[in-house]
Formats: sequence, structure tokens, C-alpha cells
Amino acid sequence: MAYIPNTPADQAEMLEAIGLNSIDDLFAPIPQHLQLKSELNIPSSLDQISLTRHYIELAKKNAGAEDYTCFLGAGVYDHYVPPTVGAILSRGEFLTSYTPYQPEVSQGVLQSIYEFQTLIAELFAMDLANASMYDCASGLAEAAAMASYITERREILAADTINPAHLDVLRTYLNHGPYELHLLPSQDGRIQSETLKDALSSTTAAVLIQHPNFYGGIEDMFSLSDLAHANGSLFVASVDPLSLGLLSPPGDYDADIAVGEGQALGCPMGFGGPMLGLFTCKSQYIRRLPGRIVGATTDIDGKKAYVMTLRTREQDIRRETATSNICTNVALYALAAAVHLATLGKTGVEQVASLSFQKAHYMASQIDSLPGYRLTFPEMPFFKEFLIDCSSSPEQINQRLLKDKILGGYVAEGNRMLIAVTEQRSRKQIDDFVKILSEF
Amino acid sequence: MPETSEQLYFTNSHEWLKVSGEFAFVGITQHAQEELGDVAFVQLPEPGRVLQSGETFGEIESIKAVSELYAPVKGEVIEANEKLLTAPELVNNDPLGEGWLIKIRVLSLDGLDQLLSGSEYDSLVKEL
Repeated sequence: MAYIPNTPADQAEMLEAIGLNSIDDLFAPIPQHLQLKSELNIPSSLDQISLTRHYIELAKKNAGAEDYTCFLGAGVYDHYVPPTVGAILSRGEFLTSYTPYQPEVSQGVLQSIYEFQTLIAELFAMDLANASMYDCASGLAEAAAMASYITERREILAADTINPAHLDVLRTYLNHGPYELHLLPSQDGRIQSETLKDALSSTTAAVLIQHPNFYGGIEDMFSLSDLAHANGSLFVASVDPLSLGLLSPPGDYDADIAVGEGQALGCPMGFGGPMLGLFTCKSQYIRRLPGRIVGATTDIDGKKAYVMTLRTREQDIRRETATSNICTNVALYALAAAVHLATLGKTGVEQVASLSFQKAHYMASQIDSLPGYRLTFPEMPFFKEFLIDCSSSPEQINQRLLKDKILGGYVAEGNRMLIAVTEQRSRKQIDDFVKILSEF
Repeated sequence: MPETSEQLYFTNSHEWLKVSGEFAFVGITQHAQEELGDVAFVQLPEPGRVLQSGETFGEIESIKAVSELYAPVKGEVIEANEKLLTAPELVNNDPLGEGWLIKIRVLSLDGLDQLLSGSEYDSLVKEL
């Protein structure tokens, strides 16, 4: 970014142009008693060398997954990101590009979004994917609103096994609209068909199920989807994209809308994000789709070209008649996901899923055989994450693990810990964790 | 589309209403289609739905914008113009004919006197 200096001469010229004598005159409309007369209580400025050192010291306070062995998941995962992602992302043409409203100057970015949509639609086995959402949580909430709009019904049935942070966002979104949100209670860590059957009514717009669920559990998506459809409701799946190397994609169980968190496809695990929302649906609902889609067309010379489509449905144009408040996308991380998926390929995605699954199951069986620990839901099939009951405090266990540079699991209510195992974990790392548990 | 156009009315929101006995056709005006530009998609209601006068009954999407469609009088939807699903350009090519949107059974003529005649609508458009 260009540094444009603001010299005293520049300031004088600008002040003269608006007829003022000093910069202080700009603040004249603020009453005297509200103006701060003293200096701000902040440290004085640092030179560049000291500032760099200061930030290095601050960064050392962070326990990042580069230096620690991470078993923490609960929605954000430490999957391997191939170096191709960083190499492409750091290219200035992508890194600094603005929203591609002008196709004549934005073919590169538009093509990257088009490729992203294609990859996600194929991975999910859905008709189409949009250019991305802020994160999975907002995608899920938009899916609920979209389903209500399509079915002209107001009730949203959401599994209580959905990530609690996503449920919070769902509540916030739906709270002030014409919706009724009800939670489907799980039994033994999963949603039972009978529970859904009893809960469905003529006002149910959509059934929202996360798969694998928050506890890592594999839900019976085929039966739940059939039940929703028999009731005239839409079926909305929230899936882990990398699980699709092993599990049936949403299109196979006839999901109407499927969302997912794309963080593991190339976004670093930063506190607070950014994340990457994946959003797919059946083609018949394309005009109810939140956000935007990039389409392929031909230019005046008959060459393939890409343009943003469905723009006229975005909020900034529709204003008070908009049905969604999304009119952007996370283009840089969508590109990361596209490069990541293209690097892995079909076989790579299957290997990542399979390795995560096997390592998680190895670790679960090791922990389950320890005295003082057991799997909370021993009958529940799971993917790469599982919940354990601990006889001692999970917080204290995590403090002990941290001494060995291990980030323990997510602490759940009732002395429980949710442990995530990705393909990056080695047998030694898993054994080290288990050894500390056995000695605790 | 019957040729016997007994009574033609216009709305301030640029729809037309052609009443023929107990039935009526609804579409958008020549001026509206010119303002919208190329129509890309029309979303229309299911037959059987009862529309109140002034109620939104659908959306029309052009390359420039998405606009709401408003019912000129109270009526039950008898038919939506299915040709528009595959040929939305009919709205541009023949807005008062082949490009009609819905056929309704008129349930109340309340508000009919608020609608504009052809000459009143022409002067409205001239003022815009």
C-alpha cells in the first residue's frame, strides 16, 4: 500500500481550502468540557527495532499449533495445509484484489471463485455451491432462513448435537425474524429417528443436522432426511468437508441445502477467524441462495469468461426486500480451499479422512482401556473426534498436558473432554498424550 | 390471452389489470419492461392463492434489479403464465399480451376506482 505523507504544508493547504486556521478548529463543534485536555494514557512511541522485538515477545505468548501438539477441535481443526496454498495465496494479484464487480479486470479472481464453487459442489455431491459465506455458523443460519422462505413455514428443528457456537449464531439470526427455533434432543450422543418423527409438524420448515455431530458422532442422515422430506420439510446438513473422503456426501442423502466449515482447507487457526463458510443447495433453490455465484459465459469474441451472477439479488441492491444480509464472500480463503482441494485431489481427501479416522479410533481405544477414563458414547460410531468421561478435572489434565507442549481437548460439561485427532498426529504424539492421562 | 379486452386498468406501481367478466389478467406495463431491461426470471404464485389488493405476488428479475409485483385488486390465482419459466423475454417482447403474468378470479372490486385509466397512466409516465 502506498504511504502518502501528510506534511504541514499539505495540512495548511487543506485548512485554507475549508476556511480554518488550525486543526484544533476542526474540533470546535465538540463542547469544551467534552474535549480531552491531557495526553492519552498510553506508552510513548517505539522505534522500528523495538517495535519488532515487542511483537515477537507478544507472539511468544501464543501457544500455536506450530509449536504444540494439537488435540483441540470442536469446530476448528489442525489439518495439514500443503505449501501450494501459501504460494498461491501470497501472490499480489489474489492477495490484494478487490471484489470482482468488473469482470473485464477481474478474470483471475472470478475464475478462482468459479473453480472453488465447482470443487465444493463436487465434494458435497450437490448441484451448486455459492462463492462462500463468512463461516459455517452464518451459513447454517442463512440455510434456516432460506428454508423457511421456500416452504413458507416458520419452525426450524435443529439437532442439539450441532456445535454450540453455531447454535448461538442460529439463535441470534432467527430471534428477531418470523421463525420458531426448537432443539431436537439427542439420545446417546445422536439424534434418533423416533425423536425427529415426534417433533415434526406441519409448520416445520427445515431439519438441521450436523454430520459428524459436535461429539464426532455419525448421524443416520439417510433416515433423518427421508423423515424430513415425508413431512414436506427441507433437510439441511452441516458437514465437515474433509469427512467427505470417507462419509456419504450430502447429495447422496438428498439434502436440500448443505453447509460446512472450510477452515481446515487452508485457513490458519486464528483466534476469531477468519473462517470459510461453505454453502451448497439444489439447483431449484438457486434464486433463494444467499450470497453470490460466479458463472461461466463467453465474451464478445466467443472466449470463455467469468462473471458474477445473481448480483441483483444481493442485499445492497434489494435493500429492504432482501432475504439475506450476505453480499460478499471470503474470496482469499475460498481460493485457499480451492488450491488445497486441487492439491490433495480425490485420493488425497480420502487419505486425509481415512488417516484421521484410524488415528482417532486408535487413540479412543487406548484411552477407553485406561482406568479412570471411558468413552462417553461407546456405541456411537464416530469420525475423527470423540468424547471421554474423566475421573478427574479435564481442566487440570489440560494444564498438565500443556507442560509437555500438548494442547488437550475441548472441555465439556460433566468432567468430559472432546478430543480431535487429525492425520497430522503421529503414533508417538498419541501415545505421549495417553501416557500422561494414565499417570494423572 | 383473450382478445376481448373489455377494461384495462393501470397501477402506480406499473402493473396492468385487464378485467374480463369474473376473471382478470395481470402483467407489467410497457414502461416497466423498458425500465427493467432484459427480464431474466419471473417468480409467480401457485394457483389457489388468494391475493389481497396491493399484496406482493411475485418477483421479476432483470439484468439490473429484482422488483416486487403487486396485486391490483383482491383475487384468487387461477393460473400463472408458465411460458415465462422458459421464456421470460416474453415480458419484454409483448408485456400486454404474451407476457402476461397471472390470471385471477376477481374476488372484490374494492379499490378499482383507485386504479388509472390508459390516459391517466400515460400522463403519470410522462411526469416520471
